[in-house]
Amino acid sequence: MTPHTEQTSTAGFKFDNVKRNQLLCDKGYKLASATKTGTTIVGLIFKDGVVLGADTRATNGPIVADKNCEKIHYIAPNIYCCGAGTAADTEFTTNMISSQIALHSLTTGRDARVVTAMTMLKQHLFRHQGHIGAALIVGGYDVSGPHLFNIYPHGSTDSLPYVTMGSGSLAAMSMFESRWRSQMSREDAIELVKDAIEAGIFNDLGSGSNVDVCVLTKGNTEVLRNYARPNERAVKEQVYTFNRGTTEFYVPRAAAQAAEAATAMDTSA
Amino acid sequence: MSTLKPGEVSMGTTIMAVEFDGGVVLGADSRTTTGAYIANRVTDKLTKVHDRIYCCRSGSAADTQAIADIVKYHLDMYTAQHGEAPTVKVAASLFQEICYQNKGGLMAGIIIAGYDERDGASVYDIPLGGSLHREPFSVGGSGSSYIYGYCDKVFRPDMTKEECVEFVKNTVSLAMTRDGSSGGVVRLAVIDKDGVERMFVPGNQLPVQYLG
Repeated sequence: MTPHTEQTSTAGFKFDNVKRNQLLCDKGYKLASATKTGTTIVGLIFKDGVVLGADTRATNGPIVADKNCEKIHYIAPNIYCCGAGTAADTEFTTNMISSQIALHSLTTGRDARVVTAMTMLKQHLFRHQGHIGAALIVGGYDVSGPHLFNIYPHGSTDSLPYVTMGSGSLAAMSMFESRWRSQMSREDAIELVKDAIEAGIFNDLGSGSNVDVCVLTKGNTEVLRNYARPNERAVKEQVYTFNRGTTEFYVPRAAAQAAEAATAMDTSA
Repeated sequence: MSTLKPGEVSMGTTIMAVEFDGGVVLGADSRTTTGAYIANRVTDKLTKVHDRIYCCRSGSAADTQAIADIVKYHLDMYTAQHGEAPTVKVAASLFQEICYQNKGGLMAGIIIAGYDERDGASVYDIPLGGSLHREPFSVGGSGSSYIYGYCDKVFRPDMTKEECVEFVKNTVSLAMTRDGSSGGVVRLAVIDKDGVERMFVPGNQLPVQYLG
């Protein structure tokens, strides 16, 4: 019987370090944690198309890593995708599908469809069995009308007229469940999305800062970055700058003698 | 045998399918959960895999959606290559192959039902392990535990289409009352030689029963 030789695969994830990490953890070493987006993301279908919304806080444990990150990602001119979960996973997954969609569009000679992006995303995430922590809301307006889908990290999808994801999703969903109507006007839709994200920002610790909005209608896309800024830093009440000369500094003897002998430095601009 | 991974979306669920002379009636609740949160309260768990073949999905939402998409692809290919629609038995066998060969990594309880010219109306049940069972009627999902007694008492093999629809509506509705993982609305599908009729019963129009 020939001995079985270990074959290292280059495809898929490698879990070799799991055992090592566990050993280190038991010894007391703290593992670095991935930056998550905490997040409140929403999407809804209104009379003329789709409105997507997102907060802008990225967290690393209890620390806010980015106070104004962009969670609404470009997939195609007529398709955008909000991402919650692990920030790197949402960024790279949406980038990857965006380039696949661009190639697909050129190959087929047609504008991309939202279902195509959804299918590519769900099949990618399912293949990785939930290890890619990306929870996405993909929305857009294509030849067959407005579409809105949500995609979970394990690869399941729902097709709904309004969706929320992320740690602030329950706060946002309470807004939607009480105020969403079929065939809403553009103004009402954007207002509802803003209010839903603000519900997440103010009631969920993982969400915060500003509101980003994206409106997708037939033949037109509007990216409204920082549509609302309800957390602007207030002007400080006192002046905290230090006067020149506050800090004494040490100069070595040789340099001090040279400084006495030399002329003063010309500091005029 | 696998369990749901943390954060995985589950279709707690009550699903069922019943044969009658000339067709089948499929029924399901509409609740999808992640832990204690209802992620989708109007889910459609009755999924078309071919013109007159539908499946009822229970277990992991991701697993069952992926399996149904693969089977749908294979059935489309079958139609293109054979020039005729596949039988329900063929569809059920494809489901079985996937469910059995991947039993370690999947959590999927599926009921396949439909109508074809060769065998008429058929209902096939594939529980977690991947075995295949042809039955006159079948129930599945977490809510099914509560309705076996009711079904065994009420089911007759000679029911009309209308009687079957009432039977399915009542049964799913009873399960939804008792099972926390089932709820929302009742979705139905009636498949016969003329096609598929989709029906929908909102939560506030469910059959009247004792609610305590």
